[in-house]
Amino acid sequence: MTVWIVVVVVGLVSIVFKAAGPVFVGKRTLPPRVESVVALIGPVMLTALVVTQTVGGDQQIVLDARLPGVAAAAVAVWRGAPVVVAMLVAAFVTGLLRLVS
Amino acid sequence: MRDGVRAALPLVPGPVLFGLSFGVFAETAGLSAVAAVVMSATTFAGAAQFAATSVLDDGGTAAAAILAAVLLNARYAGMSIAVASIFPGSRPRKLVESQLIVDESWALSGRSGSFEWPILFGAGLLLYVLWVASTAVGTLVGSTVADPKSLGLDAAFAALFLALAAPYVRGRKAVTASALAAVITLVLLPVAPPGVPFVAAAAACLLGLRT
Repeated sequence: MTVWIVVVVVGLVSIVFKAAGPVFVGKRTLPPRVESVVALIGPVMLTALVVTQTVGGDQQIVLDARLPGVAAAAVAVWRGAPVVVAMLVAAFVTGLLRLVS
Repeated sequence: MRDGVRAALPLVPGPVLFGLSFGVFAETAGLSAVAAVVMSATTFAGAAQFAATSVLDDGGTAAAAILAAVLLNARYAGMSIAVASIFPGSRPRKLVESQLIVDESWALSGRSGSFEWPILFGAGLLLYVLWVASTAVGTLVGSTVADPKSLGLDAAFAALFLALAAPYVRGRKAVTASALAAVITLVLLPVAPPGVPFVAAAAACLLGLRT
């Protein structure tokens, strides 16, 4: 029961969030200051995702094999590697370190 | 739309592996296969799905699981507002098609500097199908698959977002805001409940108010 409550409520809330712009805001343009805030959502939230995925733990910062993996991927991205290569580099380095440790 | 599918092709391994691991994870956390697939079909947001499922797995309440997912998904309200004007057609059509907004399709659709609907639609559709299908396969594979962590899937997911973020982190304002977001997240990670550091990092967007 708990599972289904979570599945249904999270699903509905996600649908509303995703529809918020196209359905409720529409073609009205946002004021320039708001535009400029919205323009930062991409880099800001993606950066926060990278941080939580790389060092996030159970309410703590966990430095483990993910960090060298993601660092290696960062170098790959910086050198112009495509997304899939960056992912493989991260998985390879992290997987290998976990294998030998 | 074809351009969108083509643009998303390099990303295919990401959602497939992530969807598979969500299916496996959901299975081990006690979600039924049907519940896992319904969640992927309606929520279509990996991080939120993992967060909610792991709270349930840890014995958390329904409210805690919902809050974690809602906080993680709050970004979609902002992201959907950013692309609001590119959606064509009636409101019901917009309601359906806006569900294809997901980090990857959203990021891809804006990489030319302005958001393009065919890219968002094509990429979103491909990613949606892959996501739901791989979740289903993941629940079937269940516990027979090796620990996804040993394959470094968690790091691969971080690398995915890193690669997607890179084109956006250009210019002084974006660099400053991203750095601030990273600091906020790091500071709050040890002290705040799961999901909160991520949402608090959104405050860094307010740097956009400074002209």
